[in-house]
Amino acid sequence: MRVARIWAWITFGIGAAYFFIPLIATLEFSMRMRRGEYSFDAYRIVLGDERFQATFGYSVVVAIFTILLGVLVVVPTAYWIRLRMPQLRPIVEFITLLPLIIPAIVIVFGYIRMYGSNSPLPFLGSARGTDVLLIIGYATLALPYMYRAVDTGLRTIDVRTLTEAAQILGAGWATIIARIILPNVLIAVLSGAFLTFAIVIGEFTMASLLNRPAFGPYLQNIGANRAYEPAALAVIAFAITWGCMSVIQILSRFAPRSASAPAN
Amino acid sequence: MAETFLSIQNVRKAFGATTVVQDFDLDVGRGEFVSFLGPSGCGKTTMLRIVAGFEEPSAGQVMIGGKDVTNLKPNQRDIGMVFQAYALFPNLTVAQNIGFGLKVAGVPKAQAEARVVEMLSIIKLPEFGARYPYQLSGGQQQRVALARALAPKPKLLLLDEPLSALDAKVRVSLREEIRSIQKKTGITTIFVTHDQEEALSMSDRIVVMYGGKVEQVGTPFEIYNKPATKFVANFVGTLNVLEGTVSNAQSGRVRIDKKEIAIKSKLNGSKTGDVLSLALRPEAISLGRRPGNDATLSGEIAEVHFLGSVIRVRVNLGNSAVSLDTFNSPAAPPPMVGDKAEVSFKVGDLLVLEG
Amino acid sequence: MTDISVSGSIRQSTPRAGQRVRLPTQWLGVAPFFIFALMFLILPTTYLILGAFQNDAGEFTLENIAALSRPSIVNAYWISIRISFTSAILGALVGLAIAIAIVRGGLPPWVRSATMTFSGVASNFAGVPLAFAFLATLGRLGLVTVLLNTLAGFNIYSTGFNILSFWGLTLTYLYFQIPLMVVIITPAIDGLKREWGEAAATLGATQFQYWRMVAIPVLWPSFLGTVVLLFANAFGAIATAYALTGSSLNIVPILLYAQIRGDVLHNPHLGYALAFGMIFITGLANVLYLWFRTRSERWLK
Repeated sequence: MRVARIWAWITFGIGAAYFFIPLIATLEFSMRMRRGEYSFDAYRIVLGDERFQATFGYSVVVAIFTILLGVLVVVPTAYWIRLRMPQLRPIVEFITLLPLIIPAIVIVFGYIRMYGSNSPLPFLGSARGTDVLLIIGYATLALPYMYRAVDTGLRTIDVRTLTEAAQILGAGWATIIARIILPNVLIAVLSGAFLTFAIVIGEFTMASLLNRPAFGPYLQNIGANRAYEPAALAVIAFAITWGCMSVIQILSRFAPRSASAPAN
Repeated sequence: MAETFLSIQNVRKAFGATTVVQDFDLDVGRGEFVSFLGPSGCGKTTMLRIVAGFEEPSAGQVMIGGKDVTNLKPNQRDIGMVFQAYALFPNLTVAQNIGFGLKVAGVPKAQAEARVVEMLSIIKLPEFGARYPYQLSGGQQQRVALARALAPKPKLLLLDEPLSALDAKVRVSLREEIRSIQKKTGITTIFVTHDQEEALSMSDRIVVMYGGKVEQVGTPFEIYNKPATKFVANFVGTLNVLEGTVSNAQSGRVRIDKKEIAIKSKLNGSKTGDVLSLALRPEAISLGRRPGNDATLSGEIAEVHFLGSVIRVRVNLGNSAVSLDTFNSPAAPPPMVGDKAEVSFKVGDLLVLEG
Repeated sequence: MTDISVSGSIRQSTPRAGQRVRLPTQWLGVAPFFIFALMFLILPTTYLILGAFQNDAGEFTLENIAALSRPSIVNAYWISIRISFTSAILGALVGLAIAIAIVRGGLPPWVRSATMTFSGVASNFAGVPLAFAFLATLGRLGLVTVLLNTLAGFNIYSTGFNILSFWGLTLTYLYFQIPLMVVIITPAIDGLKREWGEAAATLGATQFQYWRMVAIPVLWPSFLGTVVLLFANAFGAIATAYALTGSSLNIVPILLYAQIRGDVLHNPHLGYALAFGMIFITGLANVLYLWFRTRSERWLK
């Protein structure tokens, strides 16, 4: 057993090195802006760049709308499937897998062809319309994760049995939704929301092909033209992704556990 | 008495500061079926795993067939084991599962196949060789697990609560099957369970354990009728416990709830005024007077449970109550709640419990 | 008596009326989802697939598919397949090793939770920032390049290595492929019940025999399925490649990107064909993944 443990440590060590060295290197590179000494100059320039602020702000707003759209589409559906129409589950699950099968570039290509200026639904006819289409596209990309998060949350608390128990005890729909569904779903929805946020902030393909001033294309542009700022941006992007994931981890500790699972 | 085949000497097992098994000494004869019986956490499974080699004892030895195996790895001990969760290899067919030990030992193919066929007929699943575990019911899987353990003809068979995961009916039929297969093959067996009915019906001897210690070792008859400690008396079978105060130690009279009875033979050194716990099995108590029963107490019927062939009656005797069983009789109606009743028993059936 | 018969007949008629009213409201709950999926997922994709088989006049044709046989396009598909395959296999093997190490390696519990958390983050850290990170590491002025040069006198670029190349991109892709593998395969390794190993031991098997005869075969479908998933994952990725190698490494998504932007192939329907080719390959990969997964789930029921 001891030999196995040594191998385990070696494997873990090599893995850790592979994953941490680029992060360290990026951090180091980003601080090399000023000749001869380490400084945060690159960060100062980046954060002060008005294009950074504009595109980052744009992406944040888009992310928020994407989350709202995702919640509106996913939560009622997940609830209904669990409660009333379990026979539709396989179809719905297959559909939520599609964004993982169909690459983002193909999806946005389809949008461009279908919703161009001469189509019955001319999303691309105006800047606002294109923004809406971008939000829709992101909601589609985030669909698998959002659905899985909400569905798992509902399954853990066995929403069907709880609803039936509440109905027998005389609760009306308003009470059921407010007291039973929402509190338990909230944590799952928040988890899905943060994952969506992480996806939207860094997304490049859709934003670039739809010509929107989002953070992703800005990143790519900076990379093509500048030397040290891209590294600073990479560090910032990683920090944001890490932050989102950490929040999700913390949220999962507050998630309601199934009543039948023993608390550990 | 058969020669000792498995000898567990002075075994102790501690995990950090907690001692899980203490002073375990046992000699098992060749071909004997011994059960380790006790509640969860009493150390029975740990002790089994020590015999198997999955846990190292903090002190003591395990000898199988005269050989000290304490330092041997599980795969060197020539034992067979059946687990609570069946543990059949999911990627192998039933036949391949059963033949696994033979394959590992390098047994020639023709011989191994013949042995597998033989095992399949012993467990009465001759047509199941090509099936996969997921296609079998729980009871069938456990039978295959037994066949797999026995196929390589090990010296010792260990069973870790093999019936606990099964339905009640399957449990009863399977335990009879296990016992008959064990008798036929004559393999020395250790069976761990928390179900006293299993232990009582299957074993040659039972080791009752509690809190890591051995409470009593004996045949099922001894364990049931002559429990050595209060725990064994309570754990095995139902027990009625009456509180009695010694009213006169010299004449051996004890007062139970206003009535006095003479139990001179059972008072070992108890003094007048001592409070004793007197225990009776339900079958030792009769409803009404009976010839031969030399002690009688009176009370009122509190509960009547009609269980089919048996009627369980609970009688309140002032401060205490006893449960007794009487047989159903189609001619006579069962007793009614609230009726006055007398209960009688032989003084000799009383157990005086210590501690 | 009359009451019973009256209420009996009422009881008979009401359910039927109730049934007729109930159906529409049930579907109302899931309608938004299906409309959304239809309009923004299924129809656009179908539009492209149909377009791949149409010419300018709207007639059915296979010439677009045939046009995919152009050397530059075949080359693009081939490079894509090679990168996806290589990063999938390498990512799967390294990810499997790490997963076994954290689950079975006897390491302290914090190692496992830290690895799982980090893998969750890293598998989402794809895209443009990842390219920057690797440029900062192994680019000409990258930290590792510089360190190796100054400390060991070893200039990796002199050996012909270049981060802006097939292997550079593969190495970069591993950054999200390995964590994805770890996240997916760890539950499968958890599923290797301890009792199986113990049962094998009592039957006389060594650790090696147990792994060879039981553990690896049980893990095999999950492993293969995840390799396939990693393949599809890499095949559809564009942002990292675009940011790292620009258009110098001609993988299919980049080709499609250029085609969408500026019709570089001088044939709009070719874009559809390219997209169809991508969907076909990733779709096939996912069908394989689902097949492997159902097989392993069936065994482990």
